[in-house]
Amino acid sequence: MYERFFTAASTYARDIDYLILLILVCVGFGFIVAEIVFFGFIFKFRAQDGVKTQYVTGEEKSQKKWVSMPHYLVLVLDVLIVIGALKVWSDIKIEMPEPDAKIRVIGQQWAWSFVHEGADGKLDTADDIRTVEELHVEVNKTYHFLLEARDVLHSFSVPAFRLKQDAVPGRVITGWFKATETGTFDIQCAEICGVGHGIMAARIIIDSPEDYAAWVKKGGPTAFWAASNVKAPGAAKAAIDAPTPTLTANNAAPLPQ
Amino acid sequence: MSTQETHDHGHGDGHAHEPQSFLSKYIFPLDHKMIAMQYLFTGMAMALIGGFTVYVFRMQLAFPGAHVPGFGMVSPDRYNMLVTSHGTIMIFWVAMPVLIAALGNYLIPLMIGADDMVFPRINRLSYQIFLLSALVLISSFFVTGGAFGGAWTAYPPLSARGDYNATGLGSSLWLVAVALEFVAFLLGGINFITTAMNARAPGMKLTDIPMVVWMIVLASIMFMASVGPLVAGAIMLLFDQQLGTAFFDPNRGGDPVLWQHLFWFFGHPEVYVVLLPAMGIVAEVITTFARKKLFAYKTVLYTAAATGIIGFFVWAHHQFIAGIDPRMASLFTITTLIISVPVAEMLFVYIATLYGGSIRLTTPMLWALAFIAEFLLGGVTGIFLGAAGSDIYFHDTYFVVAHFHYTFFPIAFIATFAAITYWFPKMFGRMMDERLGKIHFWITIIAFNFIFIPLFLTGAAGDHRRIYNYQHFPEQWTPTLQNLRILATYALLVMIAAQVIFFVNFFKSLKSGPKAEKNPWKANTLEWVAPSPPPHGNFEEMPTVYRGPYEYGHPDRELDYWPQNEPA
Amino acid sequence: MMVKPLATNRSSSGMSTGKLAVWWLIASEIVIFGGVLASYLMFRLGHPEWGAAASHTNTWAGALNTMVLLTSSLSAVLAHQAAEQGDGKKAARFLYFTVLGALMFLVIKSFEWTHEIGLGFTLQSGGFWSFYYLAAGIHAAHVIAGAIIMIWVAAYAKRNEELQRVEYIGIYWHFVDIVWIFLFPLLYIAK
Repeated sequence: MYERFFTAASTYARDIDYLILLILVCVGFGFIVAEIVFFGFIFKFRAQDGVKTQYVTGEEKSQKKWVSMPHYLVLVLDVLIVIGALKVWSDIKIEMPEPDAKIRVIGQQWAWSFVHEGADGKLDTADDIRTVEELHVEVNKTYHFLLEARDVLHSFSVPAFRLKQDAVPGRVITGWFKATETGTFDIQCAEICGVGHGIMAARIIIDSPEDYAAWVKKGGPTAFWAASNVKAPGAAKAAIDAPTPTLTANNAAPLPQ
Repeated sequence: MSTQETHDHGHGDGHAHEPQSFLSKYIFPLDHKMIAMQYLFTGMAMALIGGFTVYVFRMQLAFPGAHVPGFGMVSPDRYNMLVTSHGTIMIFWVAMPVLIAALGNYLIPLMIGADDMVFPRINRLSYQIFLLSALVLISSFFVTGGAFGGAWTAYPPLSARGDYNATGLGSSLWLVAVALEFVAFLLGGINFITTAMNARAPGMKLTDIPMVVWMIVLASIMFMASVGPLVAGAIMLLFDQQLGTAFFDPNRGGDPVLWQHLFWFFGHPEVYVVLLPAMGIVAEVITTFARKKLFAYKTVLYTAAATGIIGFFVWAHHQFIAGIDPRMASLFTITTLIISVPVAEMLFVYIATLYGGSIRLTTPMLWALAFIAEFLLGGVTGIFLGAAGSDIYFHDTYFVVAHFHYTFFPIAFIATFAAITYWFPKMFGRMMDERLGKIHFWITIIAFNFIFIPLFLTGAAGDHRRIYNYQHFPEQWTPTLQNLRILATYALLVMIAAQVIFFVNFFKSLKSGPKAEKNPWKANTLEWVAPSPPPHGNFEEMPTVYRGPYEYGHPDRELDYWPQNEPA
Repeated sequence: MMVKPLATNRSSSGMSTGKLAVWWLIASEIVIFGGVLASYLMFRLGHPEWGAAASHTNTWAGALNTMVLLTSSLSAVLAHQAAEQGDGKKAARFLYFTVLGALMFLVIKSFEWTHEIGLGFTLQSGGFWSFYYLAAGIHAAHVIAGAIIMIWVAAYAKRNEELQRVEYIGIYWHFVDIVWIFLFPLLYIAK
């Protein structure tokens, strides 16, 4: 179950993990102290015969401090968390490093398709490599992804990278990542996008420079196309009418033109 | 105000002699208590539907593709409908009607010493529109394509076009139902505000108003101030669906993110709209059973007001990764963390109230204490989501689901059970069974934690929401995660089964519980002055108020309580 | 006739209950119109080309309607004055005059819309027109509702009953008027 936290495949994955840890320590401390005091009071002040309740208004300064002191503590912890959260946020979403390469990521009901730069190192040229449900990237290279949606909202989520970004139709949203280890990881759609939301999966394959070059040379997705069973347009609509969960990961929509 | 005195007596008599037919008493009542009962029972019925939907989709998650007893196979489109209906029903048709409408209607006139709401006919109309909204929602299950399946947040473009969501008519009915429900509560709010402001018993100062009344009033104001943009948004979305406009359609110049702003500008304050009444209930119950004066009454009031105001400036924390300007996210992280201060302070005040008390662990007290213990966890886990950096990972995972169930379940169920068990003697004139009540309490609370602690873990491991079957995601399709999902489902089955105990207790006590006296808990507030159950017109003699609602254990007095209406 | 609960006659806050309710209603309406107008402004600022669409609206018709509504508000004030003096008959007459203003507003509006729809500018003709019909349509619905309530209030006022309601409907009518004063420059003048 903690496998997730053993794989941190992007440069900023650990930043987010440490932020989570920082918050966990801060709020965990506050939570435990509050619960101990709370249960301590319940235990200590159970009704006893002949013991009269104390009359405390809580309006005097000497009494109020028992509430205002923990309240300042909360404020201090909040400041700590805000600093950490904004640092991480700004590193990931605001300050973007210069890209080594670009990829286009397109979400549609209900598949991810990807456009890789071909051998010329440029997007939107004739030798672009287009794939469906399979994204190939090179390790230790900074990528900018240009995120688009064709129909409804989708969300491009790569848990191993701790990366998530909604795709909004009509906009191109740019983000970045830099993978730190080779391997194959899940891409998931994280925003409900209709009947097939639960099958909108893809894989990200992080190759070593040599493997990646070989994949590009081979013409990219050829092997993938041969192995997969991409259906015609309209297959997606047929999936809606299917009464039982017979959807498979491959009823993808047509390739982007 | 001598003229008012004469008025008071003249009309107090008028009520007692009013003849009433069955129809005018139970079906079209003007009495605030009967309208409260209509809301309560409608809310309970809707809770059964909401509970059924969660049973079905949790079964699907634990045993994907299996035949769910009582429902059948869960196809992906049905799964989406069930999830959407669950969220919509539990918030709009259970939490809102029970916490605000039922308790507000029942308690406000009684607790401020009035004979009824100020506008009984508007009150009745409010319930009728609410009932209509519930019927419209239920009818959407039976139309072509079925009920709306685009999640309770109804983000366009998915919600805006039938060819995207495959439930064209269902999504329009969903919108109409939600909009009608808003109208019902706006109408209800008229009564809550005017009654609490104007119809207080002679002598009742602002600081003598019981906390729960204050909280319902503040909640109504928040609701009114936040819901407008969403009403406008609902009309726009309905136009998009049915009249071919393009407010939210990016292909024709619209903007889908606008809806998210309109929705969450309402949606986040809505959390506090239901939280505040729950906090109020807890204040009443813990002071009564700890026999303690509420610690720093005014502080509670100020923190509630502060929560209400700051609550309007945090909405975009639901949209950190939705494509909004990332610098805006930084701003909303700060406001979101600021709101933790007044909410935490409110909880500290409640804990401080217990200090030096004489605590009796009756069923309502157990529920109220459980509210504090559980809500604390719901509150602190929110920090992970309000902090923009960690929200990148947690957004739309089961961590979010578990977090808001740790806030909403305490609000909508734990506080409601506290309220029902506490005011049952007043509402129906009979006592509930303490033993059954405690059994119900312990099973529900333990099962509740066994549902949602596993979901915190699956969420932290990356399970996204609204996925009908995880086997398409290899990283989530592991035996450990599946076992956690199964554990949560089993715990849910136990919790649902435990509610049978509640219903047995409720209806058995209603019929044959021991008769309740006027003030069985020896509490101070005015509702305990009225007979149990109070007749139409509420009080035998209209009360006058001499002091605040929480004078327990006063040093000048032999008895440990001092009712608000007792002359010094 | 139901017996009014004594709660209705109490006034701990010092303000009459009915007036409090009207202000509550208006506050909730303000946020609804606020939602529409804020959305419109956000779009408008991002789409300068909407100005071209807005130039097809008839500013003179809008200005005339503004005058009509302002005049009807004046007669609502006079109705309130008459009601204060206890002259229900006179109050009712002024209310009927206000209703007449409302009708005139709607007649001018329907001519305007017929003309525009004839030119092919419908609800579906793009963002500006969607907002144009939506905002003015919601406003017109309020005009209709206000006129109906006014007839009802006037029917009581004529018999010198429930004269306090003349003031309440007047407050509401001023609100409808003010909404139009926001809509007019936003939809007609800004080009």
